[in-house]
Amino acid sequence: MRSLRRFLTRLWNFATGRSVDPHLQEEIAGHLAFLAEENLHAGMSPAEARRQAALKLGSAVAIREDHHAEQSLPLIENLFFDLRYAVRMLLKSPGFSFIAIATMALGIGATTAIYSVIDATLLHPLPYPNPTELIHVRDDLPGIDSRDVGVSIPEWRDLESSGIFQSVAIAGHGANVNLTGGAQPERLGFKAVTPNYFAVLGVGAQLGRTFDPQDATPGYNLEAVMSDGLWRREFAADPQIIGKTLRLDNDAYQIVGVMPRGFRDQGSTSEEQNVELWLGAGYAGLPFQAPQRGLRLNRAVIARLKPGLSVAAAQAHLDALVESLKKEYPKEYPAQTAWTARLIPLSESVVGNVRQSLILLFGAVGLVLLISCVNVANLLLARASTRGREIAVRQALGAQRTRLIRQFLAESVLLFLLGGIAGFAILFFTRKFLLQLVPESLPHLNEISIHWGVLVFALAISLVAGVVFGLAPAWLMSRFDLIGTIRQDGRGSSGSRERSRARQVLVISELALSLVLMVAAGLLLRSFWDLFTVQPGFNPDRVMAIQTWLPGPNDPSADVYRSATQESILLREILRRSRSLPGVENAAVGDVAALPLGHSRPGGLPLVREGIEMTDNEAPVIDSPIVSPEYFQLLGMPLLRGRVFSDQDLESTPRVAVINQTAARTYWPNQDPLSKRVRLRLDGREVLTGAEPPWTTIVGVIADARTESLADASIPQIYRSVYQHPAKDLAIILRGQLDPSAISAQMRAQIQSIDPELPVFHAETLDDVLASSLSVRRFSMEMVAFFAATALLLAGLGIYGTISYLVNEQRREIAIRLALGAQRGNILKMVLRRGLGLAAAGAALGVAGAIIVSHLMAGLLFGVSPTDLPTFAGVTLVLTIVALVASCIPALRAVRLDPNAILYSE
Amino acid sequence: MKEKPDVLQGTLALMVLKTLDVLGPQHGWGIARRIEQISGDLLAVNQGTLYPLLLKLEHEGSIASEWGASENNRRARFYRLTGPGRKQLQAETREWEQTAAIIARFFKVRAEDLT
Repeated sequence: MRSLRRFLTRLWNFATGRSVDPHLQEEIAGHLAFLAEENLHAGMSPAEARRQAALKLGSAVAIREDHHAEQSLPLIENLFFDLRYAVRMLLKSPGFSFIAIATMALGIGATTAIYSVIDATLLHPLPYPNPTELIHVRDDLPGIDSRDVGVSIPEWRDLESSGIFQSVAIAGHGANVNLTGGAQPERLGFKAVTPNYFAVLGVGAQLGRTFDPQDATPGYNLEAVMSDGLWRREFAADPQIIGKTLRLDNDAYQIVGVMPRGFRDQGSTSEEQNVELWLGAGYAGLPFQAPQRGLRLNRAVIARLKPGLSVAAAQAHLDALVESLKKEYPKEYPAQTAWTARLIPLSESVVGNVRQSLILLFGAVGLVLLISCVNVANLLLARASTRGREIAVRQALGAQRTRLIRQFLAESVLLFLLGGIAGFAILFFTRKFLLQLVPESLPHLNEISIHWGVLVFALAISLVAGVVFGLAPAWLMSRFDLIGTIRQDGRGSSGSRERSRARQVLVISELALSLVLMVAAGLLLRSFWDLFTVQPGFNPDRVMAIQTWLPGPNDPSADVYRSATQESILLREILRRSRSLPGVENAAVGDVAALPLGHSRPGGLPLVREGIEMTDNEAPVIDSPIVSPEYFQLLGMPLLRGRVFSDQDLESTPRVAVINQTAARTYWPNQDPLSKRVRLRLDGREVLTGAEPPWTTIVGVIADARTESLADASIPQIYRSVYQHPAKDLAIILRGQLDPSAISAQMRAQIQSIDPELPVFHAETLDDVLASSLSVRRFSMEMVAFFAATALLLAGLGIYGTISYLVNEQRREIAIRLALGAQRGNILKMVLRRGLGLAAAGAALGVAGAIIVSHLMAGLLFGVSPTDLPTFAGVTLVLTIVALVASCIPALRAVRLDPNAILYSE
Repeated sequence: MKEKPDVLQGTLALMVLKTLDVLGPQHGWGIARRIEQISGDLLAVNQGTLYPLLLKLEHEGSIASEWGASENNRRARFYRLTGPGRKQLQAETREWEQTAAIIARFFKVRAEDLT
């Protein structure tokens, strides 16, 4: 308490600059007078009395110093002195200060930029209360190599009653629904969710309410909750919206609530995050299939753990539940499928696959930061040699070493902080431009912002970097050989050898770090290039896709497009009219799964082969796009055997399918797959009649195409005909000389003249789809390449500075050699050898580091080995050339030295 | 800064407080003379070290000061004990007495007493 009071008073005195020194002097004078008077009384002479008085009092200067130290806070006071001095020093050499601050601004600005992205995605991915309790339940069937197969309704009920969770919600994958009744039918992204969905997330409505978590309506409860965005866009933020009716896919839903602004659905794809409408559903009545334990549809299950339960403990409970369920229902859970249920924290599953790319970027930018710090440390050391005299004089005047170190630290911290502030300022003012560089497919793009937390981060790393990288130069600078320095102005003094060694170590590490970055960039570039130029197996040139959505009312009998025959009338008319559009050469139709690269991975269907006894639960799952007969020809996917679909394959004729080569190889190895028969079950896209699905005969084999992912050629596919299997999410695929800006309106006019209730949306060229499927890769490749180039530039500057310094230091030696008749070529060689030596050491270290790093990022590579020799060799060569060029300039300067001038001047 | 033994510092502060308690408001020289009279050598030299200490005590709120006229009509700064200072003095006096009593007992003990 007392010491606090003392501290506050001193702080106050310090802040107000209050000085009591005159008072103290008066007091001391009074004291002396008393003492002297006393001495006079004791019989001393006046002079002796004053002398004795002064002796008794002690040194007045020391008293005043102690008094002043007590009056104020000497530590802070010194810091201010140091800072003031540091500012003066920085202003004295503006060139040096500018370069150092700009280097740090680059390093810290770049790091902060990437941090702000990571802050929005990896660190705060869940805008829900108590986000650590939220988890994703994922069912896998590792025995038949199926992942994320979805959860059946009875399993969901088991989870609800297991006691592990507060609540478990089913969230259907994002899908489309047609909103009609407005000027234009509109397609909305919606999610069918169990009524407890919002309760699990812990978010309430801003207007009205969310669903009643206890609601047990088996099918859709015909209530709808909408997003703030939809409310403002379509309904002009009507405050009376609650209770109004929405016509969705021809069903009437009552609007019960509007979610707050900023609420967005969880999910890793932008498709899912663009969900604007939530419909409550019990998943157990029409239009959903009757609940069966083995009937898993591809649904996301999210749950909130009981408070205080760790994910590991919950997983242990869940494993026990899975084991007991397996015993109870052996038929539904065949042993060979090895059913497991995994809990994945929602924060992880939401960020999904960009985590690796972001960590790579952060690592890369961290290296750039390190290199810029090393560069500035190098600059500080270089300046030490020019400040030798000043330091020596201060030491001679009695400055303590700790005091000097503190002084230099203040300078470096000031430099780094200014750099950090400059970097942050640049980032802040260019944020709009920078955000445009980020690919749209990055999750949480909209949450990226430059806020206080980011500023604190920038300042914190500037401070830490300033202390860490200022300490070594400060240490070395304070170790000047006093006498030698004053006598010969820093030339060849013993401290300078240490400093020059330190600088060489710094340059070597800079070179090594930039080599690591360049290797990473090189490997990513090669991967990207390989992906970019890979033969996709289909021809995307001049192809466009446009989507529409056929309404699927909850009562199947009200669906005018219920059967394939009914739908085929519409499709044939759409295709006929499309072909009549100007420029269109060919047109095909398929479901969204058939749209190359343009969709999130659909859930596969169990594939049961004739002659191999299997229940649906044990069958392997396979992707099954639905296409029209023209599809393969339009996309240029060559037929290898048999035939493709024809217009005569109808609902009334036997079911036929076309498979790709990988499916043939995987499921009928060493056999002829043609005329083999299969059953495909559990298709949510078809209304289940309950009857055994008919056999489907394989009639053709097409070549493999990278329609799922450019990086993966061999994913089994089984194509079915749209004239035999109705599909709701349709993509119309056109080839020809198309005008992307006009095609949307043309197609809308054509389609709506057939059925005015159909929305037409999302027209895009396949080239764009291809490019955007690579956008995250392209982004990280470009960023790492940019960082690598920056690193190379900095390393080049570093080696240039160091060699210049060495040449400057050895100028007398060089001059003597020249005077004694050394060939200039030899001098050149001597200097270049120094540079090459540094480069070789840096390259050796860098290659070792790069091998480690490249193995860590192996998951991001495509078609190139982590130890790709051409990349390593090329990068090392580039580094060596840069090092040579950078040392050439000071080397040439050394050669041109005039020995006479130097030897006489010193 | 010169290092002074903590004991001496603490003792000096206690002496200052006790002097002000006994004599009432005093100027620096008066405190110094009083301490010199009682403790002999401690303040025989360097009486000036008193002033930073007085400032510290003032910062801590144990004493307060004001300017006034001394007995021979010189302007002088008078220090006086405050309420918290008096409490501090009492507490520290008690502590000192306890410590001194314990130490005294230790010094009294002879080897045969411990067997």
